Amino acid sequence: MSIFTSIGQYMILMSHIFSKPENGRMYYKEVMRQMNAIGVGSIPIVALISFFIGAVTAVQTAFQFVGSFIPAYYVGYVVRDTMLLELSSTITCLVLAGKVGSNLASELGTMRITEQIDALEIMGINTGSYLIGPKVIAAVVTIPLLVVLSAALGILGGYMAVATSNTIKVSEYLRGLHAFFDPYYVTIMLIKALVFGFLLTSISSFYGYYVEGGAYELGKSSTKAVVISSVAILLADYVLAFLLT
Amino acid sequence: MIRLENIRKSFDGEEVLHGIDATFEAGKCNLVIGKSGSGKTVLVKCIVGLFKVSAGHIYFNNVDITRAGKKEMRMLRQEIGMLFQGGALFDSKSVEENVRFPLDMFTKKSDKEKRMRVDEVLERVNLQGQNLKMPSEISGGMKKRVGIARAIVMNPKYLFCDEPNSGLDPQTSLVIDHLIYEITKEYSITTVVNTHDMNSVMEIGENIIFLHKGCVEWSGNRDNVLTSDNQLLEDFIFASSFLKRAKEALVQGK
Repeated sequence: MSIFTSIGQYMILMSHIFSKPENGRMYYKEVMRQMNAIGVGSIPIVALISFFIGAVTAVQTAFQFVGSFIPAYYVGYVVRDTMLLELSSTITCLVLAGKVGSNLASELGTMRITEQIDALEIMGINTGSYLIGPKVIAAVVTIPLLVVLSAALGILGGYMAVATSNTIKVSEYLRGLHAFFDPYYVTIMLIKALVFGFLLTSISSFYGYYVEGGAYELGKSSTKAVVISSVAILLADYVLAFLLT
Repeated sequence: MIRLENIRKSFDGEEVLHGIDATFEAGKCNLVIGKSGSGKTVLVKCIVGLFKVSAGHIYFNNVDITRAGKKEMRMLRQEIGMLFQGGALFDSKSVEENVRFPLDMFTKKSDKEKRMRVDEVLERVNLQGQNLKMPSEISGGMKKRVGIARAIVMNPKYLFCDEPNSGLDPQTSLVIDHLIYEITKEYSITTVVNTHDMNSVMEIGENIIFLHKGCVEWSGNRDNVLTSDNQLLEDFIFASSFLKRAKEALVQGK
């Protein structure tokens, strides 16, 4: 399949997922189930990764700054802004592209191969809308929340790293956290999270939805879903960096 | 009643159905038989609208569905039940949730009414008390019966069964065949069964079309099968020497 065919097919699928649901209550239930799977289910991995990224950023920055002419409190400032502007949204979504993306592609792919999607079609259900719509809605709601959590835990990780080492004083780190704060950075973080959340769920679902063949093709499709959604996130990150800053 | 007129279907320029004409009558078990690769599944998927036909017309009670809009097609599909080869049960849902799914999606019945209807159809397929089991906890035959229960829960006018006996032992196959036959009579459904199982042909084949390389090679009923002189049909139905001898004995009245 050529890249243009894939893009065309993706666009058509996206137009289907935003069509009117057959039964609002069933869709609502499915959205809640997906919020639990995508959002709540990803808290532990996001928390763990964010905490350590914040801690490592603090240690590395302190290592570079201490002894130089740059004030020590800049460590807190750097940790806060890198978490808000880049690390919390991009790293969290790249991790989720692996965790959630492969899961969605495998789930939908298995449903395709075992004719469960055909069974839904026969019943008269718009499968694009019923199967993918709730996943996308759940992702664009919960992923920004996960990213906020990630930023908070990253900053906390930095604090813990500073508090348990002799690099800089905790008071300097806290001073840095308050220095030069621009609330617009939080807006950028949330916009990124929203766009990345949409991309990772819709692209992964697309690759699962159109699987043809058996277990081998399903595995390939799942890998492709993760790779393409990761590349799309990085590309979107670059575009958004230009547009928003 | 379903009527097919000159159905053609191609994939990437290669035609796999070459002008199929057939009529499937209401209240009867209509069988589509043929070897693997003869076009049975493609034909059934064309009839239910999962594949678009390349040419021809499909009439459901004189309504041409090849010209139907999306909305009309959705409405029609609520009158269709289908049993898939592997059951196609939703893995994440229990037996009860699987059967109840179409009711939840398309009806405004109360919880109590839905539960009663689910129990009724599960009892009909001899699966009472299995409501809470997950698809992974039940046998292949039970999965097929849950599939049948889900297919009939909305009281469909049309029932399609894609190789309902595949992967089942002969005894369970008979149970499934009889179930399909009884349900067809009970609800006066137009049933189309896609099979290559010889036992099904002889048990429930009231109206049979035999496909060979995408064409209708023969049509008739289970009694005609015994007296037919179509060599391709004979080679297909009575494939083993044991069955050939059994047929000869039957015809000679031994």
